[in-house]
Amino acid sequence: MDNDKITLAHGAGGRLSQQLVSDVIVPILGNPVLNGLHDGAAVRMEGHVAFTTDSYVVQPRFFPGGSIGRLSVCGTVNDLAMTGAVAKYLSMGLILEEGFPLEELRRILQDMRQAADEAGVVIATGDTKVVGRGAADGVYINTAGIGDIIPGTNISPKNIRPGMNVILSGFIGDHAATVMAARHGITLPPDIQSDCAPLAGLVQVMLQAAPHIAVLRDPTRGGIAAVLNELAEQSGTGVLLEESAIPIRPAVQGVCDLLGFDPLYLANEGKLVAFLAPEDTEPVLQAMHAHPLGKEAAVIGHTTAEAAGQVGIRTSLGGIRVVDVPLGGLVPRIC
Amino acid sequence: MADKTKVQRELAAQLIAETERLVAPLGRPVRFMEVCGTHTVSIFRAGLRQLLPDTVELVSGPGCPVCVTPDRYMDQAIAYAGEPDVILTTFGDMLKVPGSVSSLNEARAGGADVRVVYSPLDSLPIAMANPDKKVIFLAVGFETTAPTAAATVLAAEQQGLTNFYVLSAQKLVPPALRLLLADNEARVDGFILPGHVAVVTGADAFAFLPREYHMPGVVTGFEPMEILRSIYRLAQQTAAGEARVENEYGSVVRPEGNPAARRLLARVYQPVDAEWRGLGVIPASGLMVNEAYQRFDIAAVQPVKVLPAAKKTACRCGEVLRGSINPRECPLFGKGCVPEHAVGPCMVSVEGVCAAWYKYGGGRFHYGQ
Repeated sequence: MDNDKITLAHGAGGRLSQQLVSDVIVPILGNPVLNGLHDGAAVRMEGHVAFTTDSYVVQPRFFPGGSIGRLSVCGTVNDLAMTGAVAKYLSMGLILEEGFPLEELRRILQDMRQAADEAGVVIATGDTKVVGRGAADGVYINTAGIGDIIPGTNISPKNIRPGMNVILSGFIGDHAATVMAARHGITLPPDIQSDCAPLAGLVQVMLQAAPHIAVLRDPTRGGIAAVLNELAEQSGTGVLLEESAIPIRPAVQGVCDLLGFDPLYLANEGKLVAFLAPEDTEPVLQAMHAHPLGKEAAVIGHTTAEAAGQVGIRTSLGGIRVVDVPLGGLVPRIC
Repeated sequence: MADKTKVQRELAAQLIAETERLVAPLGRPVRFMEVCGTHTVSIFRAGLRQLLPDTVELVSGPGCPVCVTPDRYMDQAIAYAGEPDVILTTFGDMLKVPGSVSSLNEARAGGADVRVVYSPLDSLPIAMANPDKKVIFLAVGFETTAPTAAATVLAAEQQGLTNFYVLSAQKLVPPALRLLLADNEARVDGFILPGHVAVVTGADAFAFLPREYHMPGVVTGFEPMEILRSIYRLAQQTAAGEARVENEYGSVVRPEGNPAARRLLARVYQPVDAEWRGLGVIPASGLMVNEAYQRFDIAAVQPVKVLPAAKKTACRCGEVLRGSINPRECPLFGKGCVPEHAVGPCMVSVEGVCAAWYKYGGGRFHYGQ
């Protein structure tokens, strides 16, 4: 395309809109389903289907380990994975601000393509709108996704019983710490980057090892504190964590100390927590440790009959403190 | 469980048992005050209060800078923020602090240019980029942060900036402890003294505690184990009827403090009588920019008038800050006053006593009870 910036005409449905699709979007995201360019995609599913949607507004748009593009695919793939489903098709809604550089849009789309390929998911349909300068901040992305639920699984907080183990798949806080550091101009060691990754493969091997995992959840906004409180509340059990068992990188802890955050409340984009029976714990941990996204998986606590609806954590001194529900607005525009 | 954690927990259990044994013959509970807000948060985060026996009580002191900043200062800051040619720079936790009628957050929503910085020095590039604006840094804090604000004034001078100012409400810890001890409303048996403040002032700055008030004090760091050791040492002194200042943070705190930082303070500031929320005006407890650097003091260069507006609420932050009541004794705690809609500054600041009580289960949290 001659012009190197998005204009209002790119969203008006005319020739420039068509050019944006045919010259920019299809060459990067193209696949047999999308290339049809119909009003909607007709696809075949196998049986029980899971369906979800999420919108992405992260600032900055590019950060070590990811971008708004990568996030917009991984986030929705992961929401499906947490219901026990393998994502098959995604839709993509782009809201672009007038003046947005086309080159940056290409990089975002390339990141979406790469993440989609990693997750084995097809971007099947899409839509683009352009709003006037100042009416949006660069680009917002919405994705919706459908996936096949793995037969024999039943993921629900209702399955949680006292005496179950709580597994966390790896280091917490990497995503939020990376985005906050990028925003505040703090330099992090090169091994700290966003953990943004599609979890469908990890969930598959876990469910193969133990089909009766009670519940899976990805601790995004609000971190593991928010997710565990939700599950404690919904299941009417207590959750008691062991502080020393929770994997946190020292550099992430350092950023938190500097900016006054608690890693338990920080968003992750490639982690999950699982509640499961003691007899399922060892096989699932083994399967996770053999998967690239579950190498640091660990049991971080267990459920109790007492303290129904509460989350406690046993600290380094041996005292137990409460882990409360996070307030809103801890870190704006983190995903 | 990692071996390190196991060893640490055993050590903690031993220290706690020993502390309990030491205070038992006194036949009454002992009360120790942690002066510093960072200590308060560390104590709650470690679950330390619920590990201690009922005979050892911890009470929080006036060491949260946001909490002790009076309405009047906030009213001034809000008034400056309302000027069209002003950019206000501040630490983030000041935004929600209520003045007598409004807050900086509300001023910002109304169009004021208020920017959050992580260091006072971040104000200087803003001043340089906006030569037609006055950039005012809200200098709030204790001996810990005052040297950085002083260094910022000196850097502004060196860079030839003529549009950078501070609005100082910086405070000194020792005079506040004197005031608390004058009537000892808090009924404390000893002080857990702030490590970061003592890095600058030196442990010797607290020698007046035993000398004038026969009051034990232990300077300590912020790791839960360091705090626990200071409690043990205070129990030792209390049980023996002794009083001295001990330094549990010897690796960092020297008796004479940090002379370079103290020189910075002396070069830029002079002590002044200062108003503390809840404590009133305390003689020589504040730091004002001195005459030589007065051109950086917005209060001197361009005084702003604020009306003395008496706020009528049931908020008992003042008594909480003096240690004379605990947050639960305030009628608003957890009802009209919660972190989302804080009435008093003790609920606003993450280091505030009420915020810590609210977040960590109200005093002593007991899982499953």
